[in-house]
Amino acid sequence: MARLISKETIAPAFTRYVVHVPEVARKHRAGQFVMVLLHDHGERIPLTIADSDAEEGTITLIVQEVGKTTMEMALLEPGAEIEVAGPLGTPTHVENWGTCVCVGGGAGIAPLLPIARAMKEAGNHVISILGGRTEELVILRPEMEAASHEMIYTTDDGSFGKKGFVTTALAELIEERGRPDVVIAIGPAIMMKAVSDMTRPLEIPTIVSLNSIMIDGTGMCGGCRITIGAETKFVCVDGPEFDGHAVDFDLLMKRQRMFVRQEEEARRRFEELHRCRAMESAEVK
Amino acid sequence: MGRDLKPAERLKIPRHPMPAQDPVVRRSNFNEVALGYTPEMAMEEAERCLQCKKPQCVEGCPVGIDIPAFIEAVADGEFLKALEIIKQKNTLPAICGRVCPQEDQCEQVCVVAKKHQPVAIGRLERFVADIELAGGEVSMPEPARPSGFKVAIVGSGPAGLACAAELARMGHQVTIFEALHKPGGVLVYGIPEFRLPKDIVQYEIDNLKKMGVEVRCNFVVGKTASVKELMEEWGYDAVFIGTGAGLPYFMGIPGENFIGVYSANEFLTRVNLMKAFAFPEYDTPVALGNRVAVVGSGNVAMDCLRTALRLGSEHVVCLYRRTRAESPARLEELEHAEEEGVDFRWLTSPVEILGNDDGVVTGVRVIKMELGEPDSSGRRRPIPIEGSEYEIEVDTVVMAIGQGPNPLVTQTTEGLELNRWGNIVVDETTMMTSIPGVFAGGDIVTGAATVILAMGAGKTAAVGIDGYLRQTAGQPRATAAATA
Ligand SMILES: Cc1cc2nc3c(=O)[nH]c(=O)nc-3n(C[C@H](O)[C@H](O)[C@H](O)COP(=O)(O)OP(=O)(O)OC[C@H]3O[C@@H](n4cnc5c(N)ncnc54)[C@H](O)[C@@H]3O)c2cc1C
Ligand SMILES: Cc1cc2nc3c(=O)[nH]c(=O)nc-3n(C[C@H](O)[C@H](O)[C@H](O)COP(=O)(O)OP(=O)(O)OC[C@H]3O[C@@H](n4cnc5c(N)ncnc54)[C@H](O)[C@@H]3O)c2cc1C
Ligand code: SF4
Ligand code: SF4
Ligand code: FES
Repeated sequence: MARLISKETIAPAFTRYVVHVPEVARKHRAGQFVMVLLHDHGERIPLTIADSDAEEGTITLIVQEVGKTTMEMALLEPGAEIEVAGPLGTPTHVENWGTCVCVGGGAGIAPLLPIARAMKEAGNHVISILGGRTEELVILRPEMEAASHEMIYTTDDGSFGKKGFVTTALAELIEERGRPDVVIAIGPAIMMKAVSDMTRPLEIPTIVSLNSIMIDGTGMCGGCRITIGAETKFVCVDGPEFDGHAVDFDLLMKRQRMFVRQEEEARRRFEELHRCRAMESAEVK
Repeated sequence: MGRDLKPAERLKIPRHPMPAQDPVVRRSNFNEVALGYTPEMAMEEAERCLQCKKPQCVEGCPVGIDIPAFIEAVADGEFLKALEIIKQKNTLPAICGRVCPQEDQCEQVCVVAKKHQPVAIGRLERFVADIELAGGEVSMPEPARPSGFKVAIVGSGPAGLACAAELARMGHQVTIFEALHKPGGVLVYGIPEFRLPKDIVQYEIDNLKKMGVEVRCNFVVGKTASVKELMEEWGYDAVFIGTGAGLPYFMGIPGENFIGVYSANEFLTRVNLMKAFAFPEYDTPVALGNRVAVVGSGNVAMDCLRTALRLGSEHVVCLYRRTRAESPARLEELEHAEEEGVDFRWLTSPVEILGNDDGVVTGVRVIKMELGEPDSSGRRRPIPIEGSEYEIEVDTVVMAIGQGPNPLVTQTTEGLELNRWGNIVVDETTMMTSIPGVFAGGDIVTGAATVILAMGAGKTAAVGIDGYLRQTAGQPRATAAATA
């Protein structure tokens, strides 16, 4: 069992967790994730290891509350015991490419952070482009600034940084400064697809990290499978990082919606339950 | 033996049918289908055994249980004695009595089977084992004096469990490392509750813990620590790899990644391990349509078909490219599936999965087959009949065409010799791999096989490990480190 050490809200519906799980902390490398199970009735969900401290035996997870399990996780208190297995997935291939552009959107900034760090450490010139709907949803800014040489921010309405999407900023960057040596894009599938579509004709190597639905995370179920070129790959063991130019994003997006109906039902039930509980405790007071 | 009967009289007793839940009722619940013999039924069935001098049945049992001896004890009403006889060879009788393909093993060669129906050896085994589960006292063997050696077991399927039990009994300190959050392997994530209640598996695991075996879940060997690290950094003197055949195969036909296509592993894991049948009480969902096609006809396929029925699907079709006679499933499961209303399409193979613009399955295009000449496996090879293609409307397809070895451990263990299918090569007498001190057994060695073979391999390996530790390894690592 792993123990929750601390938890902190870092943006609306974004929580940072520090979890004590020494074996995982010791072995973690950038690009890897863990499978988390909150309790006996829970669902196993994959979460990227945003940071690790081998000495303390802890890992950091940064999680966006999007549905039942992530919302329930946000209610945990320090000291809670959860099940954590990992580190899973193939670590990021890190080398000195030259100039490395890290593009992150929404919750994708969390998995991007350790990769940006590793790329900087390997000697790359790291330029990060981070975007979100609003300023407060552009998470982990101090951490990403420390892991990058240059920063570009975007928000949908332009209230912070440039107006528009990260792709707009990436296009401008390429136009002004020429072709970078590698692009790493992590975020919603639609964003990774847009980035890949932009870099493909320019032949800029592009790495994306895919978030397909997983169960075991060990290559046993095939539920996380996606199409890469003509091949079927398992995201949990062959990935989660792949060549963005070869990924069938349309299929990925369709497969991500496999259980939407059930997910909505679970979330509705969860929210109702907690609203009732909140009302009850209000009445008691 | 019980009553004094002549062989001819024994042969006249008909084989006692297994009491079972009514098909109409059971196809909508997950309770166990086969209910088990009563003591009277068991004693009467035991009378059918001829107590052969050279019992063929024992040869047919992969672990060589003294079948006539235990059956005699049953006939005499000495059920606990019967259990002790079984347990000398079989660590998990309540499980094997339920899931062994008896008709291909012990019961196939029972002499009674020549003219009549074989003695119901498996059912008797189960009956006896269930007495223990119901609280009957069994004397647990005294564990030997602690040897000081530490052994790591990778994987908690029947191979790992059996190996752990034997080693613990021999006095070694054993830790089981399991990747999932629950131990049991296929017994827990694959075989459904209605065939093997999970309480039984839990009971066996609790017994192991009582014997001092440590079980560490959420530990993915090859990721959390490698085999080499377990030996060099974690201080294990030997390692047993029992990681099974967990890698799902797909057919490679168009449409296989559509929404609504599951591997059998995914489908069964969602339902059994994660309890998706009780969604939303349990958080993991399973999306299943009213019309389901399962490809394959082994035990795994039967489990998927019958699970789909129980989840409420109205029309459940089995697609198999050979005939019923070649179906590798246990006969009992095949019959149960038929009784429950599965639509079997023999000599039928899918060529394409059809889907709509949203990538959701709408059907499967199949082709009819005929049997040609026998192939290398001795089975007649199915040949597609040209022009016989047709479509079946379905909204879910489950691929149950087999599993291969999961490469997580094998790829991260340098120097481990594998065969061309990726299975680990071992010395058959000791089960040692090409790496000294590293042993393997079960499906990871043989490819997908059976519970009893995996269990037997685990036991054989335990003997091999014990020999290795006592002779080759010399001192336990811990002591060696202390004196160094
Ligand atoms: C390799 C990997 C790393 C990830 N890392 C992070 C991270 O660091 N931080 C973060 O906030 N999120 C991360 N995710 C996404 C996270 O796993 C999902 O948000 C989470 O599973 C949602 O669960 P839920 O019950 O709260 O929401 P649900 O209502 O169940 O689902 C919301 C959405 O999440 C996706 N999802 C649902 N179940 C799963 C599942 N079992 N596995 C994967 N995705 C699922 C679906 O596409 C769905 O549309 C990662 C996903 C993957 C595959
Ligand atoms: C659905 C289904 C139905 C079946 N029905 C029958 C039947 O009726 N009768 C019969 O005799 N046989 C049946 N079988 C076959 C039988 O279950 C297997 O042959 C048997 O379970 C093999 O045992 P094992 O110990 O080798 O491996 P498994 O039972 O597969 O166990 C392997 C364990 O190792 C774990 N593991 C894998 N990799 C790692 C790792 N890297 N680190 C840590 N742990 C790891 C896995 O999570 C798993 O728990 C069935 C199989 C399936 C899938
Ligand atoms: S273990 Fe299996 S093969 Fe052996 S006697 Fe029991 S049922 Fe038969
Ligand atoms: S072969 Fe049949 S009859 Fe003979 S001992 Fe075995 S079970 Fe009894
Ligand atoms: S999550 Fe099961 S194979 Fe990847």
